[in-house]
Amino acid sequence: MDSILQNLTVSFDGFKAVNNVNTGIKQGEIRFFIGPNGAGKTTLLDAICGRVKPQSGQVVFSGNVDVTKYSEHEIVNLGIGRKFQVPSVFTNMTVYENMELAVVKDRSIFSAMFHKLKKEQVERIEDILVTIGLYEKRFNTPLALSHGEKQWLEIGMLLAQEPKLMLLDEPVAGMGRSETDKTGELLTKIAQNCTIIVVEHDMEFVRDYASKVTVLHEGAILDEGSVYDVQNNQKVIDVYLGRSGEADA
Amino acid sequence: MQTYILQIFNGISVSSILVLAALGLAITFGLMKVINMAHGEFIMIGAYVTYLMQNLFVAYLDKSLFGLYFILAIPAAFMVSGLIGFVLEGTVIRHLYNRPLDSILATWGVSLVLQQLARTIFGAPNVDVKSPGWLDGGLVISQGLQLPYKRLFIIALVIACIIGMFVLLYKSKTGRRIRAVMQNREMAESMGINTRRVDAYTFAVGSGLAGIAGCALTLLGSIGSTLGTNYIVDTFMVVVLGGVGTLLGTAAGGLLIGTANTTLEFFTNTSLGKVLVFILIIAFLQWRPKGLFNISSRAIDE
Amino acid sequence: MPNLKAMKAKEKLVFSIIVLVLVLAPLFLTDFRVNLLGKFIAYAILAMGLDLIWGFTGILSLGHGVFFGLGAYSMAMYLKLEAAHGRLPDFMSWSGLEALPWFWKPFTNSAFALLMAILVPTVLAFFVGFLTFKNRIRGVYFSILSQALSIIFVVLFVGQQAYTGGTNGLTNYKTILGFSLSNSSTKLTLYYISIGLLILTYALCNFLVKRRIGRILVAIRDGENRVRFSGYNPTTYKIFVYCLSAALAGLAGAIYVPQVGIISPAEMGIVPSIEMIIWVAIGGRGTLIGAVIGAIFVNGLKSGISESFPDVWSYFIGFTFIVVVLFMPNGVVGLVKKIVGNLVSRRLKSLS
Repeated sequence: MDSILQNLTVSFDGFKAVNNVNTGIKQGEIRFFIGPNGAGKTTLLDAICGRVKPQSGQVVFSGNVDVTKYSEHEIVNLGIGRKFQVPSVFTNMTVYENMELAVVKDRSIFSAMFHKLKKEQVERIEDILVTIGLYEKRFNTPLALSHGEKQWLEIGMLLAQEPKLMLLDEPVAGMGRSETDKTGELLTKIAQNCTIIVVEHDMEFVRDYASKVTVLHEGAILDEGSVYDVQNNQKVIDVYLGRSGEADA
Repeated sequence: MQTYILQIFNGISVSSILVLAALGLAITFGLMKVINMAHGEFIMIGAYVTYLMQNLFVAYLDKSLFGLYFILAIPAAFMVSGLIGFVLEGTVIRHLYNRPLDSILATWGVSLVLQQLARTIFGAPNVDVKSPGWLDGGLVISQGLQLPYKRLFIIALVIACIIGMFVLLYKSKTGRRIRAVMQNREMAESMGINTRRVDAYTFAVGSGLAGIAGCALTLLGSIGSTLGTNYIVDTFMVVVLGGVGTLLGTAAGGLLIGTANTTLEFFTNTSLGKVLVFILIIAFLQWRPKGLFNISSRAIDE
Repeated sequence: MPNLKAMKAKEKLVFSIIVLVLVLAPLFLTDFRVNLLGKFIAYAILAMGLDLIWGFTGILSLGHGVFFGLGAYSMAMYLKLEAAHGRLPDFMSWSGLEALPWFWKPFTNSAFALLMAILVPTVLAFFVGFLTFKNRIRGVYFSILSQALSIIFVVLFVGQQAYTGGTNGLTNYKTILGFSLSNSSTKLTLYYISIGLLILTYALCNFLVKRRIGRILVAIRDGENRVRFSGYNPTTYKIFVYCLSAALAGLAGAIYVPQVGIISPAEMGIVPSIEMIIWVAIGGRGTLIGAVIGAIFVNGLKSGISESFPDVWSYFIGFTFIVVVLFMPNGVVGLVKKIVGNLVSRRLKSLS
């Protein structure tokens, strides 16, 4: 499923958070969006998943669907899943119940009242729980999970939705080295069936896993290409200079 | 023609009271995300303070000084309501920040207690407050058209309060602090602003304003323990319609609702008028769910 | 998981005990008190609906008296027509009406009245829900609008005296389905029907809460946007549960009115509407059994206190509002669970 962002502009009271962004993401890519804070990365994700409506432009998904015309839950049902910066899982139910809500495809009231989980769905939940390492904790509530585990649960819930395009907003924020590596492995596994867009600041993570990188600055695309190309682009270096630890020129 | 002018005037007069009552509410809701269902009772407190002031004057001072009681009643109402508001904030309200639904329920409890207290102290029946002599009569515009001084005074009083609030909020250091906390509480805290104090004083001022509204209401009729309940829902509608946290919104909302109320009451009968106003508001909210003016932040919380 | 099942089983046990006590009550209470209990049971049905929307879904409706009242008025219209024996009801003649208004005519049929008692509130709830939830009007704004709805209806019903009986409401019924309402066996039958409806309502609500929809409702309460981004449309769920609560309120009203003997616009106002919420708050929101306990307990207390000390009631309920909301957010049921939980863990500690 290719995704194309065309002339995408999102403005808040005149301030252009996303300014005429044009880019295409091929199926199976792991595309990273990087850039300094305020560059518009999260807003870009917001526009794709329907959280904000763009002033102009389109997000064309799987050939012909302009996703900006749909509401948030419809976009999810089209196959686009979003993971938020702050892990947002449902704290008043168990890990298993969180997964249950995510795995169910029929989201109607009728199904919610009368349908129980099918065998394949139960297996799928258990598979994912094992993959993200939360099988033993499946009957705990997310309050008992660490920050990293909450992030994985959210990714697990996303996986359960079987999306075609996954949007991850700073998936390794706040994680230590080993957790970051584990998340990276997860990412590679997910990418086998799904296109991924990631917003991240951790440049090592970007280097290890990105197939292509897009640099945003003040809402517009500054550069796009492989990690190596982008890192050696003088414009990108200038923009990043002074922000220690984020890039080595 | 004359009836129309009178109607418009009445509309503005009713609006002005709504605006005064709603000012304090809009600011406390914008600031603390707390809905104070006892706000109507602060109006009631202000009215009863005026009543007491009147009685004090009658009991202890010469008849010729009677007219002065009202002048003193205004700041008295402000201070008493404000003080009680301050106490309420410190005991009950501060546990309810960012719990707007719970604040509705808890403050409703406060309102019940305050109403019953009023009944216990002053008795259940309404009491009359005799308006000062210098407000009798009206401004004669033309033959048969007289604008009552009482209503003119109320409008002037409200304008004065709005100006006062404007100066406080936009031209003073305290006001800047209040607005900062309203827009981004955490940020304000990390800048060293004592948000607890801001909350307490703001709530007191809001309650004090309601007290002044109560004082003004004594000019228009008898007062009793249910004075607040008559105004509370209308006041909320002003906040809902006008949007939260801006003076302009409250003023606009109050003006719209007040004039709509009086106009529709004029053309239909009383009961249907109120119904129509509410239906219009619900219809309006279809178009702009957040009200007329709103300080929207990019932090989209739940 | 095992803990949750045990808790649910205990709640069912408590409910069964309550039902047992209610069933046996006529053996040791006077007619008058049994009649009161019937009223409380109607309230308990209403309260469960409220718990569904507030305790579980987070929708604070402060105008539910409207739905309750509409249900009661529907039934009352039938009862009034019965009492009039084919002539014009008394208040209509006083108001100068010459013939029965067209929309009153079908209410000579009790089945129609019952149907309307449930349908009318549901349809109204659908409209209100659609207009508000679809526009993402929620939280405090919704609560205030629900109060406006309540005021609209009170004003309407008071104003249209010829059609609704005005401030006095509808009263002076004589018979239901041919049976005299002052007859104790009729009253007893109505009482047991109430208990039956209570059991059915509890079963229905429990069913919903245990299924996936129950968890979706709680998720909507705790993170509506997150629910949206999980692919569910919160609007449909909210409208559904709001309509269901309105239907239950209407049903409660329908069983209330023949037992209490009067319905007036006062019962639809904002004051009784917010009291309904406090029953659920005191009992324990989000537990269903809390709603039942709260409704019966608080109203029992109110009858007791108001009879002897009417002024005290206002202070009492006012302070209870404050205390419960501030310090006991999970109500009586929550408190009991905490105490039992502490006892259990202390016992476990002493064993090890």
